[in-house]
Amino acid sequence: MIRTIKKAGSLNRPFFYICTTMTILVFSGILFAGALAAGLLGSLTGLGGGVVLIPLLTLVFKVDIHYAIGTSLISVIATSSGAAAAYVKEGITNIRLGMFLELATTAGAIGGAFLSTYLPTSVIAILFGAILILSAFLSFARPADPVTAGEPSALSKKLRLNNSFPTPEGTKHYLVKNVIGGFAMMNIAGMISGLLGIGSGALKVIAMDNVMRIPFKVSTTTSNFMIGVTAAASVGIYLKRGYIDPGLSMPVMLGVLGGAFLGSRMLAKTKTASLKMLFAAVVLVLAAEMIYNGINHNI
Amino acid sequence: MTGKFRDADLEQIIGSLLRYGVLASSLVVLAGGIVYLIRHGAQYPQYHQFRGEPDKMRKPILMWEAVWHGEGRPLIQLGLLILVATPIARIIFSFVGYLLEKDYLYAVLTVIVLLVILLNF
Repeated sequence: MIRTIKKAGSLNRPFFYICTTMTILVFSGILFAGALAAGLLGSLTGLGGGVVLIPLLTLVFKVDIHYAIGTSLISVIATSSGAAAAYVKEGITNIRLGMFLELATTAGAIGGAFLSTYLPTSVIAILFGAILILSAFLSFARPADPVTAGEPSALSKKLRLNNSFPTPEGTKHYLVKNVIGGFAMMNIAGMISGLLGIGSGALKVIAMDNVMRIPFKVSTTTSNFMIGVTAAASVGIYLKRGYIDPGLSMPVMLGVLGGAFLGSRMLAKTKTASLKMLFAAVVLVLAAEMIYNGINHNI
Repeated sequence: MTGKFRDADLEQIIGSLLRYGVLASSLVVLAGGIVYLIRHGAQYPQYHQFRGEPDKMRKPILMWEAVWHGEGRPLIQLGLLILVATPIARIIFSFVGYLLEKDYLYAVLTVIVLLVILLNF
């Protein structure tokens, strides 16, 4: 079995990609370093590691985009679960809201994963580039002011979504608006996550900030909390179809996790505003490159 | 334990579950990675074309059997399965928590999410 697979692989034109010129040991080492940087920048800027991982794998290492998506989904689960652990214990995450919206994101994610297996890789690359550009701009969007007073909507009351969270100035209460609209947005965010293998955290945060009007800190942590379950919903499909490769996932998962951990330690001491600008610029360049390669069918 | 089971208790349990799940899976992936690099580190990777993974990288039972033959890659896959199982276990814990809280609406919601995920695995 293994032998026939290797033979099929050797049909590739070697000059076409750099992987053949290095051994698995070197390849894994470089991939680990790249993933470490992606995880670190992703956590410092809040954009997530997935947005640079897939371009890194496909453009630099010339890995097939389906493998790249599977690998990225794995790293998304690792970082989101790791980070969510701390926020959940602090009581910032709105678990009920997360559980309710996961109905929307998991259903979307499964739809997206199925779609991904039928779409040509060039189309996926172009879509990915478009979503990257959108995410980079959305990450600078000013969230609408949270709603703290007034009458809660009947649906948010019934679902017990209105909650409070601890701040240095004491416990703050908030109301959840526009439950249906937020649910619909989450369905789209879940679909993009399953289709492209990213957390689509930016879309989730927008849905909760601007549509449901909950405080920024609650929306980021709740979004993080949901990403793991959303990705787990689509990862089963990717695994069954053989898109999850251990040789890629191992260095990437460990690298991204290590980077995200370092990032969470550094976050208090670093000025993130200029870093965010720089990272957004990198993301835009990668997005353009993905779209360009998609149009030329190089991916 | 005295008193009623509350949201705050659930938060502590879920937080620990996520932390240890990620830690356990990282250790298994790391162990598999070491075996893999020792066995195959000097070979050349082939990822340019998508070929799909063989059965022993896709089916948990076959992964388990291959691990006992001393293979690293299926061990990495098992570590990844632990990782994927972590958020799924979180849903199961939430379900039990909501039952204890007698919040039946959310118990039903969590079961639906769980089914959506498991039916597609």
